Amino acid sequence: MNSHLRRAIGTALLGSLGLMALAGCGEDSKGSGGADSKTVTLVSHDSFAVSKAVLKEFTEKTGYTVRTQTGGDAGSAVNQAILSKGHPQGDVFFGVDNTLLSRALDNDLFTPHRAKGLDKVPAALQLDAGKHRVTPVDYGDVCVNYDRKYFADKKLAPPRTYEDLTKPAYKNLLVTENAATSSPGLGFLLGTAAKYGDDGWKGYWKKLRANGVEVVDGWEQAYFDRFSGAGGKGDKPLVVSYASSPPAGVAELKTKPKKAPTGVATGTCFRQVEFAGLLNGASNPKGGKALLDFLLSKRFQADVPLNMYVNPAREDVELPELFTRYGVKIADSATLSPQKIAKNREPWVKAWSSLVL
Amino acid sequence: MVLTRPVGTRSTETTEKKGAGSRRRDPRGAALRLALMAVPLAFFGIFFAYPVAAIVARGLRADGHWQFGRIPEVVSDPAVLDILWFTGWQAAASTTLTLAIALPGAYVFARFAFPGKGLLRAVVTVPFVLPTVVVGSAFLALLGRGGLLDELWGVRLDTSVWAILLAHVFFNYAVVVRTVGGLWAQLDPRQEEAARMLGASRLGAWRRVTLPALAPAVAAAALMVFLFTFTSFGVVQILGGPRYATLEVAIYRETAQLLDLPTAAVLTLVQFAAVGGVLALHAWTVRRRESALRLVDPARTARRPQGPAQWTLLGSVLAVAALLIVTPLAVLVERSLNGPDGYGFTYYRALQSAADSGGTFFVAPLEAVGNSLRYAVVATVIALVVGGLAAAALTRRAGRLVRGFDALLMLPLGTSAVTVGFGFLIALDEPPLDLRASWILVPLAQALVGVPFVVRTMLPVLRAVDHRLREAAAVLGASPLRVWREVDLPLVGRALAVAAGFAFAVSLGEFGATVFIARPDHPTLPVAVARFLGRAGELSYGQAMALSTILMLVCAASLVALERIRTDRSGEF
Repeated sequence: MNSHLRRAIGTALLGSLGLMALAGCGEDSKGSGGADSKTVTLVSHDSFAVSKAVLKEFTEKTGYTVRTQTGGDAGSAVNQAILSKGHPQGDVFFGVDNTLLSRALDNDLFTPHRAKGLDKVPAALQLDAGKHRVTPVDYGDVCVNYDRKYFADKKLAPPRTYEDLTKPAYKNLLVTENAATSSPGLGFLLGTAAKYGDDGWKGYWKKLRANGVEVVDGWEQAYFDRFSGAGGKGDKPLVVSYASSPPAGVAELKTKPKKAPTGVATGTCFRQVEFAGLLNGASNPKGGKALLDFLLSKRFQADVPLNMYVNPAREDVELPELFTRYGVKIADSATLSPQKIAKNREPWVKAWSSLVL
Repeated sequence: MVLTRPVGTRSTETTEKKGAGSRRRDPRGAALRLALMAVPLAFFGIFFAYPVAAIVARGLRADGHWQFGRIPEVVSDPAVLDILWFTGWQAAASTTLTLAIALPGAYVFARFAFPGKGLLRAVVTVPFVLPTVVVGSAFLALLGRGGLLDELWGVRLDTSVWAILLAHVFFNYAVVVRTVGGLWAQLDPRQEEAARMLGASRLGAWRRVTLPALAPAVAAAALMVFLFTFTSFGVVQILGGPRYATLEVAIYRETAQLLDLPTAAVLTLVQFAAVGGVLALHAWTVRRRESALRLVDPARTARRPQGPAQWTLLGSVLAVAALLIVTPLAVLVERSLNGPDGYGFTYYRALQSAADSGGTFFVAPLEAVGNSLRYAVVATVIALVVGGLAAAALTRRAGRLVRGFDALLMLPLGTSAVTVGFGFLIALDEPPLDLRASWILVPLAQALVGVPFVVRTMLPVLRAVDHRLREAAAVLGASPLRVWREVDLPLVGRALAVAAGFAFAVSLGEFGATVFIARPDHPTLPVAVARFLGRAGELSYGQAMALSTILMLVCAASLVALERIRTDRSGEF
């Protein structure tokens, strides 16, 4: 009988060994930066995208292979980087924007590096110009989008400014996102704060609420389920989205329309700038620096618009036809300093929630 | 023989007492149990308890001191209390509603033979794997403005709690049908018939014979539905609007967005306390209920419905399933086919061309299917090994320690995905366990959710196996392992298949934790769906719907295949 018992224990042990072996396998196959200095690891959020051909070019030029590691949306990716500070998941982090920048810098995430090509980036985007801990890579604008057909049918001019949105003509037409859970929702709130001041924005939102603004939880739901301009499922002709949404919407259409079916209210925009930085404690800092330089190279910058639907940070890079034809350039986008955002974000979102929800 | 009670009940009580006595004298049984528990314990210790403890400790420790002062501070916050109250009552209401709607379904699936039964059983499980964003969208199409209900009767249920409850029924119908129906199909109908012959009314016979026998399975199903809805995230957000939030949502916000780890840690502890309370309640209710039953081949218990009453029951169950489960699924399929130029496969073709465009963002649909299947198979194997060993160890009830072990296995269902995901990140970051970049994290995280299903589906059946069979085998000289193989395994083959189906479906659909740890170059189907939904435009939406439809088909096909294996095996009875 004892031998049976031993066999049972043996089976159990074998099982656990198997599991460990499985775990071991995983470890072997990871091939990350550590020992292998020919690999450079880019940590980012799950919207990061690039053409394979462009990555291949980087490998051919520098000898480094890029491995990417993503961790949820932009907010969680930054928070994960902060949690693994000093013992990072990779060498370079891409995707911290101006609403999160202060948190990242206060936590001392990055090692300074002045990327090649920075002189081609407009000063307005260089929010850490003195220290070069982060490098601006791209920017985009959160703006109200409108359904062209709706306003043409109604013979009504689409709204252009924040003020317009509170007018009776646009009553019950706008859907926005929860500022507490959605990045464009927060962007829109920050835009109104930039426009109407630290306290004035509350008065504006009271008017907006009186004018029947609808709040849903996420962008997907606002854009696809409530907005009427993206396939016509919803009944709201105005939605808080991005300035690049109209070109994105026609990107993969085989037969391109003359005009994008949606337009942008250019006076309702808030600018989001995305940065990259060399992570403190990176196992391959040399490769990381090369990758940062590459993120600001003309080749990568030209690849940015059609992969991530944002604008390249470099001003000497031409936008693709899709953007020039169906998009608009936002000249006077609202901004707030990262420090100010960091300081006010939580109280503002709380105040907004009790005011609007 | 006491025919108005399940045949085995009495005898188990006696064997139970005897068993308890003999176990104490028999160190071998205890050693075997420990050996069986070793793997599940190690698995949960390393991949659940340790990461979760690490993230909670990170939140509650500052400058080398424990900050327990935060606990009363957070717990007494009226906003937190509101969230806790809503989380609790919506979960209780969802569970009750799901049981009320799905128990007749479990009966019909167990007792009636009708064409297309296997397929329908697979179809009702499909919701399980669908991303909540996609399901939310389908429900809005039915219940929201301009939806089916709105057009027919002018009723709108979006942003009402009813939409949340109905969606929870949609997701969890299969949990009840599969867990309860699985056992029900193996109950010998002749017991109930005998009771009726001895003068019991139909209801009386059911209440005194069948219900006690089913109680453990019903309790197990209720527990799982409760835990699932207690930690509901996407459904509440999309269908309830921004006004409703569950504890899960609050934890996500504090961790992933605000990085307020102390508050998140306290909320996680609150969640644990609540889940622990529910687990204790469950343990208390089922403790005396589980009994040895005479299990029979399910193929023999199902027959064509007879008489108008049975046909009506079958008809109404099918109608409810069609309305509540098939309609939302049909909406998704319809949307995936309804392209800009009328019906066709435009969106499906666009899936491939998006992948061919050379970006890293979109993968070919077949590749995503492959990724999902590979992860799900590994996760299912892990869940079956870990859960099977745990269920075997728990078959004979024992002291508090073992019951605690049982509860530990259930905890992942009641734990926020973001807590586990972030916990992995900060805990499994040093050799030999630096798994942060490893693919194995994905199936491991998925298996964490799969194991409770395996344990809960197998345990009622394993415990229902008449202990005398095992004793007889042992007396005849069989080793414990052989007893398990020759007695338990054939009888639980069906439960094993049900468990495998669950573990597989759960892994296929897992999103919350996967999104934090999946490697971007190997996205699973739900992750790929989310990518399409993150892009503007009609085409992206259509592609998301097309990919969701593919996910549905993959799930249904896998489950039908599993059913097939199961029917082939039933010859072993």
